[in-house]
Amino acid sequence: MIKKFFTRGYIFLILAFIYIPIFILVIYSFNSGKSIGAWENFSFIWYSKLAEVKDVVINTIVLAVVSAIIATLLGTLGAIGIFYSKGKLGKSVKGMSQIPVVNSEVVTACALVMLLVIMGFSHRTIFGLYVGHITLSAPFVVLSVLPKLKQMDGSLYEAALDLGATPTQALFKVILPEILPGIFSGFMLAVTLSLDDYIITATLSPLDFDTISTAVYKAIALTTEKSSEQVPIYRALTTIIFLITVAVVVVMNVRADKRVKEKRKV
Amino acid sequence: MTLASKEQTNGTIKKRKFHLSFSRKQLCIPYALFLIMFVVFPLLLVVYYAFTDSTGAITLNNFIEFFTDTTKISTLLISVLVSFVVTAICLLIAYPVAYILSKMNKKIAFVLLLLFIMPMWINFVLRAMAMKELLSLIGIPLGSGANIIGLVYDYLPFMILPLYSTLIKMDKSLEEAAQDLGASKVRVFIDVTLPLSLSGIISGAMMVFLPVMSCYVITDAFSGSTGFTVIGKLIAWCFLGENGTMTNINGGATISLIMLIILFVTMFATGGFKSEDNVRGTNI
Amino acid sequence: MANVKKEKIIELVDITRQFDDGVIAVDNVNLYVRKGEFITFLGPSGCGKTTTLRMIAGFDKPSSGKILLNGEDISHLPPNKRPINTVFQRYALFPHINVYENIAFGLKLKRVKVTYQDKNGKQVERIEKLKKHELAQKVEKALKMVDLEGFEKRSVSTLSGGQQQRVAIARAIVNEPEILLLDEPLGALDLKMRKDMQLELKEMHRKLGITFIYVTHDQEEALTMSDTIVVMKDGVIQQIGTPTDIYNEPKNSFVADFIGESNIFSGTMVGDRKVRFINHNFDCVDDFAKNEKVDVVVRPEDVFLMDEDKGQVNGKIISSIFKGVHYEMVMQVGKTEIVIQDTIERKVGEKVSIFIKPGDIHIMEKEFSTNKYDGYITKKNTVCFGDGEFECDVTQLYEGSFLDEEGYLITADGEKIDLTDVDVNVEVGLKDIEISDDAEAGGAIGNIVSMIYKGDHYQLIVRTDENEEDYVFDTEDTWNENDRVSVIIPKEKIKLSLKQEVKR
Repeated sequence: MIKKFFTRGYIFLILAFIYIPIFILVIYSFNSGKSIGAWENFSFIWYSKLAEVKDVVINTIVLAVVSAIIATLLGTLGAIGIFYSKGKLGKSVKGMSQIPVVNSEVVTACALVMLLVIMGFSHRTIFGLYVGHITLSAPFVVLSVLPKLKQMDGSLYEAALDLGATPTQALFKVILPEILPGIFSGFMLAVTLSLDDYIITATLSPLDFDTISTAVYKAIALTTEKSSEQVPIYRALTTIIFLITVAVVVVMNVRADKRVKEKRKV
Repeated sequence: MTLASKEQTNGTIKKRKFHLSFSRKQLCIPYALFLIMFVVFPLLLVVYYAFTDSTGAITLNNFIEFFTDTTKISTLLISVLVSFVVTAICLLIAYPVAYILSKMNKKIAFVLLLLFIMPMWINFVLRAMAMKELLSLIGIPLGSGANIIGLVYDYLPFMILPLYSTLIKMDKSLEEAAQDLGASKVRVFIDVTLPLSLSGIISGAMMVFLPVMSCYVITDAFSGSTGFTVIGKLIAWCFLGENGTMTNINGGATISLIMLIILFVTMFATGGFKSEDNVRGTNI
Repeated sequence: MANVKKEKIIELVDITRQFDDGVIAVDNVNLYVRKGEFITFLGPSGCGKTTTLRMIAGFDKPSSGKILLNGEDISHLPPNKRPINTVFQRYALFPHINVYENIAFGLKLKRVKVTYQDKNGKQVERIEKLKKHELAQKVEKALKMVDLEGFEKRSVSTLSGGQQQRVAIARAIVNEPEILLLDEPLGALDLKMRKDMQLELKEMHRKLGITFIYVTHDQEEALTMSDTIVVMKDGVIQQIGTPTDIYNEPKNSFVADFIGESNIFSGTMVGDRKVRFINHNFDCVDDFAKNEKVDVVVRPEDVFLMDEDKGQVNGKIISSIFKGVHYEMVMQVGKTEIVIQDTIERKVGEKVSIFIKPGDIHIMEKEFSTNKYDGYITKKNTVCFGDGEFECDVTQLYEGSFLDEEGYLITADGEKIDLTDVDVNVEVGLKDIEISDDAEAGGAIGNIVSMIYKGDHYQLIVRTDENEEDYVFDTEDTWNENDRVSVIIPKEKIKLSLKQEVKR
């Protein structure tokens, strides 16, 4: 009994540590005043001002989705190639693929700057920004797809060939459907990594290009008059992002639950 | 047209349609080229720039400059120290969480796990902002203490995930076997559970230790006027300068190379880490 | 269809498959399969049977040799172009599609030539997919064949092992292949299910009339189902024959040991159709040269037990186990044990005698009479061969020679020879090798890869890791397969001869 009390209490405590800051932000996003701690009136004023950061949000989403699509394509093909080449090629590609996973983002970003400089480009371009985000997320796509390939029954591909499929048909009709869950989670991961990134965006993006990360950074770290004006708007933005996250998690779980139950019925 | 006759030829007919033919191995070639171009080659450039000066002549001056500059050295040492402290605190908080979750009813544990890692899907900087506002609300002053709280807050989910997935994959009968052989619960934990979850601890630590050293977003936001910062800031400064323009490519490369060496040393010391372990939820 | 010789459908010509790591999985195999035959590749794991099957299917390419299908070389045809379908060991059903889609998978990829008549009465050929209703018809027929009507919409993950097995068979036969390959398809099923499926497969083979090539390590399965059995070991075909041939006339002691239970003795031919083993001269029907050392195989059920002194050889029962239909008893004659199956039990300790009919004594050439190696002499006047180094007597290379103090050989004529690096032929008898589990004790180290009981002793093969050199020898001690041992050969037992005269 006592043990249960302690374990539950501990879990609760850590969850509180994680969620209290977010809840406070959510509550004060409805405050008409600017600063936290001084409650004035309940209002939606900051939500109505979200239009001010519309460009930032669009930049972030477009960057995340497009770079994730490219990273998923590269990473999925890469994972299939790595899995089926037992020799040096697979090993060395897998090894190279580990580098961005373990390396610090600052170094990855700065190394890319050097590449762009030596190639004679400006180091702050949309191209460089996308390359940076893909470099960051493609290895994680590989990491999500590889386990699915390992779980797959090795003779499925041969079975497809045996039944008359060409290698290309076998790839599309058998391998890809089998690893689809891995590809999907890899894509989702690539999106979150891109949404979450600050350092690569700050280093490689054009000066007039802001994502949520860089814009909020300017608001909380630089504390210039104009940027700190926007802090309350970001509270409203956080609230919306938080609600979307909760909704997505709940919907996905309900659907997963349903699928499990349907399987049991048969 | 009427159907006259029909014969099957068992698929031996040459297909008129053009079929791309390749072996499955070759599918990784685009990715391999991408990695060589944008990962491996740039790292070689880091080495090149670290050993040359602005005119392109080979020199060791960059390193001499770095190691004789007391502010840079102290920043490096403080970064290592802060990373160490933050990693340790994250581990101390996360291990019991992961352990308790791994012993729970699977369904409840999964929901709780989602609660723990859900903040990962809210923007990193927004999370930092939330914590900063909480600190100012309860009156904790900006500085090194606030920095550590902020860093722990942002990196905690990255530690919980690998720990949980290692513990949940562990064969439960091993613990039962140890108990059966007469080990007390404490001994079971120390002699069986802990060593078997070592790979998760290493993965989790790798997900926290190195990123913290380069995470100048938090220090910029949580240091206020104390000037407390991490090594990542020094690199970024060389490339971003005051208003986003590059100031010192060779100096930046030098510190980057030092970071890479620290990376290799930690990888070597921990025996590398298995990326198959659930870092950043690749396996949820 | 007994004696009608049908045409060859598939023929393997000098097929060798060497893997990238150097292992030779299939070694110069020659084989043909007749149309409509049920042929089984039988052998222990690693004997090359699955690799052979995979080469026929097209998943593996032979390193050398040709595979002919109806006389045409198909060695380089990819699997999707071969009119051959496979039932995989673990079924390999596609988990993301249902039973119907699984079975229709091959049909949907198939293109057929359809001839139309256009307005002017001209014949026009077109290549088309199968029509939907044709497809459904074929799938339905295949499902009926395997007794799974009504399972179309089921997800494969909800099927039992036996049902998955049936779907796998339906998915293969629906394409109407000329040859059906089955790679240990019953391995994952339980015993009873396996027995039922054996009969069903046999029945299916009869109904379809196509060629079945079956791979298994289960000798009983092979005997029950096949028209022809191919026994393989270490990538080499040991024997090809009908089940009765293989059982009654095993070609060597490996086949005899692998197929059914058998007593294997070392014997000597003592006259015209007379062989001596267990201290008795038996009449037999096989003809071998006098004094030749041979292996003698007698099946346990072919040994008749009689009262003492009534039969050919006397002995004592030392164990008796009830096996359901019969008793399995062991009789001892001197140091030799003989396994006997009989329906009448004899008590342990009882004195009995045995009788064996001449036709039940199977005589085969001894596989190994001596070990032969290529070796060379070292500086220290030891000899290196078979991945090891052994002390030896080099003076036997030259009659009347001796070694001087510096280690040079002085011939009878007084000539001085340096033997270092001289190539020699090495011969070691089967009785001259001992082994020890002390790795330091002998000159070479390897694993026991085979152990065959020959009545009063075991014949062991120790194989080294590096070049897979074999040491074959007889021993009375019991060892276990895969034991790691070192090989000891007494100095005087190593027979050396020069490959060529040494320059003096």
